[in-house]
Amino acid sequence: MSTAHGSAPVDTAPAGRTAAERAVLRLARPYLGRLVGAGLLAAATEFAGLALMATATWLLMSAAGQPPLDRLTVAIVAVRALAISRGVFRYSERLAGHDAVLRMITDVRARVFATLAARRGTAHRSGDVLSRLVSDVEAVQDLLLRVLVPGSAAALVGVLAVAVAALISLPAAGALAVGLLVAGVALPALATAVTRRSAAQVAPLRGALATDAIDLTHGAADLAAFGATDATLRAATQRARRLARLERRLAATGFAVDAAGVLTAGLTAAAVVLAALAADVSGVLVGVLAVGALAAVEVTLALVTAARQWTQLRPGLARVADLLEAGTATAPPTAGMTDLVGPHELRFLDVTVRYRTGAAPALDGVSLDLPPGRRIAVVGPSGAGKSTLAAVLTGAVRPVSGRVTLDGHDLSAYAEEALPRAVGGLLAEAYVFHATVRENLLLGRAGADEEALTAATAAAGLLEWVRAQPAGWDTLVGEEGGQLSGGQRQRLALARALLAAPPVLVLDEPTEGLDPAAADAVLASTLAATPAGHSVLLISHRLSGLAELDEIVVLDGGRVIQRGRHADLVASPGWYRDQWLLQAAAERGYLALAP
Amino acid sequence: MKRRPFDPRLLRRVPAARRDLAVLALLGVLAAGLIVAQATALAAVLATAIDGRLDRPALAAFVVTVAARSALVWAQGTVSARVAATVKAALRADLLGAVGRHGPGWVAGQRAGQIATLAGRGLDALDAYFTGYLPQLVLSVTVPLAVLARVVFADWSSALIIALTLPLIPVFGALLGWQAQAATERQWRRLSLLGGHFLDMVAGLPTLRAFGRARAQTEVVRRMADGHRVATMKTLRIAFLSALVLELVATLSVALVAVPVGIRLLGGGLALQTALLVLLLTPEAYLPLRAAGSRFHASMEGLAALDEALTISAAPTAPRAAEGAAVPDARRDIRFEGVTVAYERTTALRDVTLTIRAGERIAIIGPSGAGKSTLLGLLLGFVTPTSGRITVDGVDLATADPDAWRRQLAWVPQRAHLFAASLADNIRLGAPDTTPDALAAAVHDAALDDVVAGLPDGLDTLLGERGHGLSSGQRQRLALARAFLRAAPVVLLDEPTARLDTAAEAVVLDATRRLVAGRTALLVAHRPALLADADRILRVEDGRVTELTPEPTGKVAR
Repeated sequence: MSTAHGSAPVDTAPAGRTAAERAVLRLARPYLGRLVGAGLLAAATEFAGLALMATATWLLMSAAGQPPLDRLTVAIVAVRALAISRGVFRYSERLAGHDAVLRMITDVRARVFATLAARRGTAHRSGDVLSRLVSDVEAVQDLLLRVLVPGSAAALVGVLAVAVAALISLPAAGALAVGLLVAGVALPALATAVTRRSAAQVAPLRGALATDAIDLTHGAADLAAFGATDATLRAATQRARRLARLERRLAATGFAVDAAGVLTAGLTAAAVVLAALAADVSGVLVGVLAVGALAAVEVTLALVTAARQWTQLRPGLARVADLLEAGTATAPPTAGMTDLVGPHELRFLDVTVRYRTGAAPALDGVSLDLPPGRRIAVVGPSGAGKSTLAAVLTGAVRPVSGRVTLDGHDLSAYAEEALPRAVGGLLAEAYVFHATVRENLLLGRAGADEEALTAATAAAGLLEWVRAQPAGWDTLVGEEGGQLSGGQRQRLALARALLAAPPVLVLDEPTEGLDPAAADAVLASTLAATPAGHSVLLISHRLSGLAELDEIVVLDGGRVIQRGRHADLVASPGWYRDQWLLQAAAERGYLALAP
Repeated sequence: MKRRPFDPRLLRRVPAARRDLAVLALLGVLAAGLIVAQATALAAVLATAIDGRLDRPALAAFVVTVAARSALVWAQGTVSARVAATVKAALRADLLGAVGRHGPGWVAGQRAGQIATLAGRGLDALDAYFTGYLPQLVLSVTVPLAVLARVVFADWSSALIIALTLPLIPVFGALLGWQAQAATERQWRRLSLLGGHFLDMVAGLPTLRAFGRARAQTEVVRRMADGHRVATMKTLRIAFLSALVLELVATLSVALVAVPVGIRLLGGGLALQTALLVLLLTPEAYLPLRAAGSRFHASMEGLAALDEALTISAAPTAPRAAEGAAVPDARRDIRFEGVTVAYERTTALRDVTLTIRAGERIAIIGPSGAGKSTLLGLLLGFVTPTSGRITVDGVDLATADPDAWRRQLAWVPQRAHLFAASLADNIRLGAPDTTPDALAAAVHDAALDDVVAGLPDGLDTLLGERGHGLSSGQRQRLALARAFLRAAPVVLLDEPTARLDTAAEAVVLDATRRLVAGRTALLVAHRPALLADADRILRVEDGRVTELTPEPTGKVAR
């Protein structure tokens, strides 16, 4: 099989734009004091190290002149003090930096979540996008801890070193400044360019390899059944080798920057010695300058590492900034009517929905009346507009014409957070949280008692399973409900909707993933568990079990093509009768087979 | 989870890395020598400079050693990156090869995701280990030894101080490491729970919104994130203690060496050049150990990936039928003889005996999880019987050449995988040399024409990971097209119309009827619509197979 890969997303940020960094730094403002403190402590750490070596050199070279001991006392004390303080500075710097950054990350997480929560009608996100979001938020943490704090500390120490050198000898300070500019500006810039170019070259190949891995694992059965495993494996192995060749080539360029750093440190020290000797600086201070210069350049080289980190973090930072930017643009919580005492009457009046202008309408002049206690079903082939109808009900999609009203008021007039108390239930893509069964259920109605939990769970057909678990209601359901089968997950979501029991209960394919017999049983017990006076809007692709409903609405191509009670619809020719006969005949045969 | 800094299995699994690792060790020895040489040269320069004179040969020697060290840094980086690239490529090939060797039954479920992540981006975490940590690990052996050797000759009392303090770094490192590890493990569950909470909440946002809880949950997210911070800081306070001690040992030993040396200089008992050499060399002895320590944490992820990859690819494989093994003819009877399939926790099939006669169309029904798919998996060779056997034409399938046997099967799974390739290549999966005419015929037979017409580049449209998606119905028809091209005597269909609405089901059913015509067909049916054309109906429940007739007047069960 020849695989042809399109352009994979390249993880390189547009050059020369720091808007993302500025947006992130705006978030850091409340913690600026702590961050500056951490930066100063980091600078103090590095400076203590530098000063230790310089002072020790002064001590030795002065001692060689055999002066009286008391002239060296200060240096001896200083050497000991600097030796101890460096460790203490380092410890406090790391704690202070992490504390400030983690505080800020708390803010970032809450803000990112609030921004996402404020968006109406967010589409379902894939797991990849989600985990990327989490690592993007961590990019903010790394920007501060690994780029800004150590970077600014290195720069500060560099400036300080030049200033002290200038007090001793201007030519030597000049030589040192040149070396520090190479180490702290030129090399980091070079490292950034090299890292960015390498990422652009490697990313498509890595992306393609990731796809190969997915094809070979998730498609393993298909490949084996059709005898295509070996060919695909060969292609993937070849790609892995190609990637390895490219990585080896790129490493040669990347490490040239590190090599240049070592060279810069040595050459700067040599230049400082030459400049100081030429300027007739006293011999002892020549030594101090040389050793100090060596240490200063090494400290400044931290900027190369910081620059590399920064380059890798940029795409994530840009995404976080974009998200937060969008957040400031979304409206604050809608201040609408929150007075939602039942009973409620829901009406669709000539509702038309279009996802794009010019596209065929997803709903086309649909009218529905759902007074208290009425139960209706919306059926039809896939793509008929059933899910759009549910999305309109929850306010995720707005009609381009027509009205959806609750008790005579437009749905949009109600506060967004209050509406689910009146209209809601089981919607498509119901999510099961990584929490206990009880916690997942209580999301439907906080504070529900054991009796209510039992009733809802029994109606959804999950009670037996819950009782069979050693931890009962406190059974932890795995990540994304992973420890539950698809059917159990659906039952849990259904039980949660029944517990919420809004007066207008929407059930979008409540028996999805259950086999016919189980589906019929669950649908019957669900309808029985809905309190009298509550209305039900059932969306289903199965036609079984609808005989008791007050009305069945058949959608096709966004229009209502048939409506009426089951008995009438079955009696008159049309889509419903055709499908019913097809399904019923087949199901009778099927059911007749059951012992 | 304690990890050794170097996994010896690596040398066995990736022999190609041995030479580069040896070069890396050699470079480490050279680097240590150069560090000593550089300090010696600088000490000479400075000892002369005290009189205001320039020792040109010493300065030249200093510059030369610096240049050589620079070249060495480049070489170390390049070689370690080579090792990383070699190891990653080898492990990727091993991992994916293991998938091919073990077959789909082994890779199914969670392991598929694990291997895909590992072979994809997971192993890239090894870069940090090989280029960051490993060279430092080498240097942390060679440099202290070289420094000690040189200082012993210069001034044995300073050497004694270094020799006594140097072991404190690994000893304290280990002590604090254990301490931090115990604390971390206590916190770990809590940390991962808190960390995962954010992801869980974001993933469940539509549901939170549906219950009007989205905005209220923001406070919970903030509270949990704050809890995460407090818990993390608690761990860090202990974890950073190791940084404190390591810094203290390194810097204090400089003071411990420098002060007595200075006082002996006062008394004239030591030459300045020697004293400077000792001072310049002392911190170098501690540097690689500290650097390795600080990079160990960053390389943990890589080590974990390495461990996982080595463990997975070393999993023992069931013996496979040799090349040239018997190839049963699928146009004969297929017999299940007392077949039982037991998994770790459940028994999928119990003592199943049945005969599938050539040309029969058999529908398999039963509740989900009853073992229907296992029946097909047995025929495909994805599942092997725990006891009993399956024979075709008298040949035990377990001894047959699996590839040659599968060539006589066409399989339509519940949800066919879309490969990151063109639609045409996806259809030609089992027959890459198909002519355009035959491809067009298969597309037509599977009722895919309108799908092809609706895609931007027709048959050349890219599907899968980064390409175009298909709806469930379209995907099913693609799987049918694959099966048409296979032109095999036996067709296995696993709920071909699951998850389809009635309109899509009708199209797929039509195509399915065309496919099974004139072939032996096993058809797992979730929906009743598929039963009408079956010659026999098998009901699988609780691992047992019973035979039913499609209608009361039909053929009677055996």
